[in-house]
Amino acid sequence: MESNGGDAGRILAEIQSLKASKTDLDNRIAALESQLRLLNFHNDTVSSNGSCPSISNPDFAFGHDLSPDMIYRYSRHLLLPAFGVQGQSNLLKSSILVVGAGGLGSPALLYLAACGVGRLGIVDHDVVELNNMHRQVIHTEAFIGQPKVKSAAAACRSINSSILIVEHQEALRTYNALEIFSQYDIIVDATDNAPSRYMISDCCVLLGKPLVSGAALGLEGQLTVYNYKGGPCYRCLFPTPPPTTACQRCADSGVLGVVPGVIGCLQALEAIKIASGIGEPLSGRMVLFDALSARIRIVKIRGRSLQCEVCGENAALTQQQFKDFDYEKFTQSPLATAPLKLNLLPADSRIDSGEFNEKIVKGEPHVLVDVRPAHHFKIVSLPNALNIPLSSLEGQLPEISSALKEERERRGIESESGVSLYVVCRRGNDSQRAVQLLHKKGFSSARDIIGGLEAWANDVDPNFPTY
Amino acid sequence: MQLTLEFGGGLELLCDSVKIHNINVQLKNGEEKLTMRDLLAWVRTNLVRERPEMFMKGDSVRPGVLVLVNDCDWELSGQLDTTLEEKDVVVFISTLHGG
Repeated sequence: MESNGGDAGRILAEIQSLKASKTDLDNRIAALESQLRLLNFHNDTVSSNGSCPSISNPDFAFGHDLSPDMIYRYSRHLLLPAFGVQGQSNLLKSSILVVGAGGLGSPALLYLAACGVGRLGIVDHDVVELNNMHRQVIHTEAFIGQPKVKSAAAACRSINSSILIVEHQEALRTYNALEIFSQYDIIVDATDNAPSRYMISDCCVLLGKPLVSGAALGLEGQLTVYNYKGGPCYRCLFPTPPPTTACQRCADSGVLGVVPGVIGCLQALEAIKIASGIGEPLSGRMVLFDALSARIRIVKIRGRSLQCEVCGENAALTQQQFKDFDYEKFTQSPLATAPLKLNLLPADSRIDSGEFNEKIVKGEPHVLVDVRPAHHFKIVSLPNALNIPLSSLEGQLPEISSALKEERERRGIESESGVSLYVVCRRGNDSQRAVQLLHKKGFSSARDIIGGLEAWANDVDPNFPTY
Repeated sequence: MQLTLEFGGGLELLCDSVKIHNINVQLKNGEEKLTMRDLLAWVRTNLVRERPEMFMKGDSVRPGVLVLVNDCDWELSGQLDTTLEEKDVVVFISTLHGG
């Protein structure tokens, strides 16, 4: 039995490894095939020697440059009187860059690949994580831990192997943005933070590229087109960055998966309209989407501002100044989504999760206050924790006093200082703010658990859920 | 004057998490019209329950808030000097950055 089990394990491992090599080979073949098609496309348009079958052979002499394969693949587009051969032909000659292969980028990329954009670029530096899957629908479980660009490119190629997919597996920064953007006709902003949005808009103004900008958070989404045919840029609308407290992230505030899905689809639509030259792009207007009440508002926004520092009459931003501009300083928030790590307390007011665990094991008398919002507490909490959200802590101090008193009585302890007070939160920032407040209010022995429940899961209990 | 106010993009959290407010603003004695300047002061006093700095800066809205009067950017109607009329709809929306 044992040797059977060992054999089965070995075979399974070999299957796993062969499957991985197969996927890798398939991806490489698909990439090479699309490169070859593009080469043929260029060669054929220069000289049609026609020795090699190609996707775009002028010899077809249908009066346009669509091959029989293309006619069949895109037939439902061609049947649209308002789109037709001209629209599809324009699309096939266009190039679109999607910045961010996340919640917005996922559906945008799927539709842009499917619809036949000639060259589709993807920029992202992140890897696929399990907690992305509910909204970043381009990625599959098999790609967890792998770069999002690789995963998204593989998905796009599997939908449409006849277009060129370009992978930019790097973080977009001022030193590479100009060079990357200059290779494309249209830019789609599918990022998730304020500094990136300013940087992308400025770069589009410098290079004269239209920008399809979408955003989603919680249950709401927003969409507009910037820098299109004399329309406003991002800075015309938002010349001054908002305070950092107004820049919430999906990782903190949550997002219903389908909401960025809706906005990402609309971004693909706007990019397709610009690329094919049909319809009225959403320039000078903005879509405001409220998922909960099922309402969509389309509002008229200001035109290009003559005073705009980047696209206005006296604007003087040069490419060099752009490269030197510090967008993180300008917006006071980071380009990467690394969570905040505060350090507000002296070392003796803090305890790490391992030490805290030892105190529990030894049965040390204590009260544990969890200062996360109630809906976080419902997801998961430590045993016997008392939930008092930071926002209402000041008004609920008597509850802490009575919890301390109860613990003293239960343990038969006389001394006031015999019971410790610990504070925990998700990552160890709010717990420090709470301890600062508690110290001020006379709970001088309060200590926070460094790194919060995330550290507990990492260092003490690997089975404790993270979110 | 009867107005409909709408808060979005997270600004509703400052007003008891209520997005739509049907309000009735009394004109000051001797005044015949209500401007956005007057309305902002009214909102700050009567609707904003917490962190007023997340709604206003000086006598206007804070950076990152779009103001729409009848679905139109208030920049196009004179910003703080925009004159409001009976049954107007004013939307305050915080710009989103997530994705």
